[in-house]
Amino acid sequence: MILDGKCPTGPIEKSWDKHRFDLKLVNPSNKRKYNIIMVGTGLAGAAAAASLGELGYNVQAFCYQDSPRRAHSIAAQGGINAAKNYPSDGDSILRLMYDTIKGGDFRAREADVWRLSQVSNNIIDQCVAQGVPFARDYAGYLDNRSFGGAQVSRTFYSRGLTGQQLLLGAYSALSRQIKAGTVTMHTRREMLDLVVVDGVAKGITVRNLVSGELESYAADAVCLATGGYVNVFYLSTNAKGCSVTANWKAAKKGAFFANPCYTQIHPTCIPQAGEYQSKLTLMSESLRNDGRIWVPKKKEDVGKLPAEIADADRDYYLERKYPSFGNLAPRDISSRSAKEACDAGLGVGPGGRGVYLDFADSIKRLSEDTIRERYGNLFEMYEKITDENGYKRPMRIYPAPHYAMGGLWVDYNLMSNIPGLFVLGEANFSVHGANRLGASALMQGLSDGYFVIPYTIGGYLVTVKPGAVTADHPEFKKSVDDVKATNNKFLSINGKKTVTEFHRELGKVMWNNVGMARSKESLTEAIKVIPQIRDEFWKNVKVSGTGAELNQQLENAGRVADFLEFGELLARDAMHREESCGGHFRVEHQLPDGEAMRNDADFSYVGAWEYKGNDKEPELHKEPLKFETIHLAVRSYK
Amino acid sequence: MSDHKTMTLTLIVWRQKNANDPGKFATYTATNITEHHSFLEMLDCVNEDLILAGKEPIVFDHDCREGICGMCSQVINGAPHGGQDRTTVCQLHMRKFKDGDTIYIEPWRARAFPIIRDLIVDRAALDTIIQAGGYTSCHTGGVPDGNAVLIPKPIAEEATDAAECIGCGACVAGCPNGAAMLFTGAKVSQLALLPQGKAEAVARVKNMTAAMAECGFGNCSNHYECQAACPKGINVKFIARMNREFLKAQFA
Repeated sequence: MILDGKCPTGPIEKSWDKHRFDLKLVNPSNKRKYNIIMVGTGLAGAAAAASLGELGYNVQAFCYQDSPRRAHSIAAQGGINAAKNYPSDGDSILRLMYDTIKGGDFRAREADVWRLSQVSNNIIDQCVAQGVPFARDYAGYLDNRSFGGAQVSRTFYSRGLTGQQLLLGAYSALSRQIKAGTVTMHTRREMLDLVVVDGVAKGITVRNLVSGELESYAADAVCLATGGYVNVFYLSTNAKGCSVTANWKAAKKGAFFANPCYTQIHPTCIPQAGEYQSKLTLMSESLRNDGRIWVPKKKEDVGKLPAEIADADRDYYLERKYPSFGNLAPRDISSRSAKEACDAGLGVGPGGRGVYLDFADSIKRLSEDTIRERYGNLFEMYEKITDENGYKRPMRIYPAPHYAMGGLWVDYNLMSNIPGLFVLGEANFSVHGANRLGASALMQGLSDGYFVIPYTIGGYLVTVKPGAVTADHPEFKKSVDDVKATNNKFLSINGKKTVTEFHRELGKVMWNNVGMARSKESLTEAIKVIPQIRDEFWKNVKVSGTGAELNQQLENAGRVADFLEFGELLARDAMHREESCGGHFRVEHQLPDGEAMRNDADFSYVGAWEYKGNDKEPELHKEPLKFETIHLAVRSYK
Repeated sequence: MSDHKTMTLTLIVWRQKNANDPGKFATYTATNITEHHSFLEMLDCVNEDLILAGKEPIVFDHDCREGICGMCSQVINGAPHGGQDRTTVCQLHMRKFKDGDTIYIEPWRARAFPIIRDLIVDRAALDTIIQAGGYTSCHTGGVPDGNAVLIPKPIAEEATDAAECIGCGACVAGCPNGAAMLFTGAKVSQLALLPQGKAEAVARVKNMTAAMAECGFGNCSNHYECQAACPKGINVKFIARMNREFLKAQFA
């Protein structure tokens, strides 16, 4: 099937305004007749729930945490982009669009990226009005900093806490609507199925994580704002509860999964210290402004203290390979270079999984105080975790899975191929192409939530009769029965391995074979091994307790079971995409200097996969990508 | 890795099946723990052993494991989050403990935080306080340009100091009165400092303090345990600011 994104035609500058005008409106007095389900309350979900509630719709919002304030958007450090051009340094909506398309290695939809760039400015205004304390200068004006992949200063920030402050802004708007009664908040609930009636999304089945009860909720539209899936690698920078479950349940009900192989591996994370490790911690890439990255030139130096290795015996490999960008090379390139060095046996620290990030030269040049003023909180965090003083000896860093550019396929209205199912934020695939630039994730979440879905969902709702399907429809009971059967199965296996053991095993296969560098051989191996792990899981997993109580093992079993299916799809997508682009690097497809080699003639499309059953190959559907405003070019940061 | 000596620890952990169960302490042994384990990873190891032995693992809240989401809620050896300066449980590492140590682990204890199971408590009361007024009533869209109202750096910085609160509730757990004054004071102060929040300042402080009382939180009697327990170092001066805002509101 050739998919149609239903993007507006005509001049790109008018596309969103024209589309908004063309969308049908729901009469204010009719809005309260419509029920909308919002799953997830991160930036996208909280912003959307608050905005839709304020418009007058009845919103039912769900999150697995104990409060909507805890979604993992909160962990974003660096900032949020907007084309305000306050510094008058040549920024514009078009330039933000250009940088985003190029940053994504020409694998995103132009119309969506234009819209994102256009509303970026409204986001800043909105957050300021909410009382988000952005950094200001002494005169009181908003301050900007620079981020990777751009030559202008367009990043707004609040210390190293931008995600927290933006999420708390959205949470406050949501809290106001909860108080007003337009939004009903259901915390400690996990979505375990999508209910589709006659081909249309009409509700969800959730598990009450405290009582264990399965609950049905019906609505006129279902929105998923359920984040990304990089916990498929087990170790990642995501929160422990982040999963692919909501998206995967939707995929199993017919929603297409787009570009799952586009995963971002972030270069500056604290390396793994041991097998027991449960997650990886990111440190802002801003550190690379003043830190120099190196590994020993000689293998015999790997075990030495860094101070004992002479300058001439160090390989500052990013400076050597990318003389013009040096240590500020883009994320995907920096990550791959670190892996190459470690694969060559030159990695430092436990297990040889680390490279040095050295501030000695900057401290000599600028003083330790200056470095402390710029990055003090990051040095403190590093010391808490590693017990090492980054001022005295180089930090050790290593890349870690961080963000999913892929997600459920949506059209320009953010609606999936299942009518009535909308997907927002990281959970959809829409704007980042094959690689996301820094400070763009927060922008997309809030754009979708505050300024896109409140318009586009109305265009759908006017076509449906409110309340046409209620939770007593047989499909809801069937869904509950299915979920119950799956949970009972987990509880009855009584095997010899814990859920975490299986998750670690899957993570290793994903990281080694479908990580930063992928090849036909490695992907073949992954596609062979993942189903074996999955089979063993269903025979040998141990989940104790019952389903009728708070049971964290049971929660995790469901998430890992879904990762064990989804991981295979990710590998298959990576196998089929015979090119390198952004975060997807196939070793067979590289330029002589090791850079990614795209294949625009054959792969300039969105690859959207239709689930056909666990034992059958998924079916690929394509949405061709057209580049009319930004012309296709080789992405170069040299 | 294994180039370090491992520790064996005795854990005395609060176990409570559900809200109605009286609960009791149970003793466990944690073995093969290195100084690089985080506190939660140490508990993960204990739990893996319990699961394989067919016993109920210890249930605790956690999510981001990098000190920002505010899910962690454990009192360790009597101190919320374990007593290390500006550190949540998830960032506490085992190098702060010695081989052979006995560690007491309890949930947050406060009247407003009923225990759900083991170390998990219900903190919905904190959401209720924010719903009472912890926002500005701006609409989505239809707001002025971000630079239309100037906010000098010192004001923005002080508002950010208050806004760093992660809503974990350690301040309540640490307070002998079970008060939420630091939590509420931080939000009231953030919005009172900023021009955007001034229009509703009077109603906000009245409504949020009323919600605090209704939820069963105690009053402040200046012990400052809240500031000592706060993993983000929120200063008690924000309680003083809330008190001033409250007093002003009585004459508004």
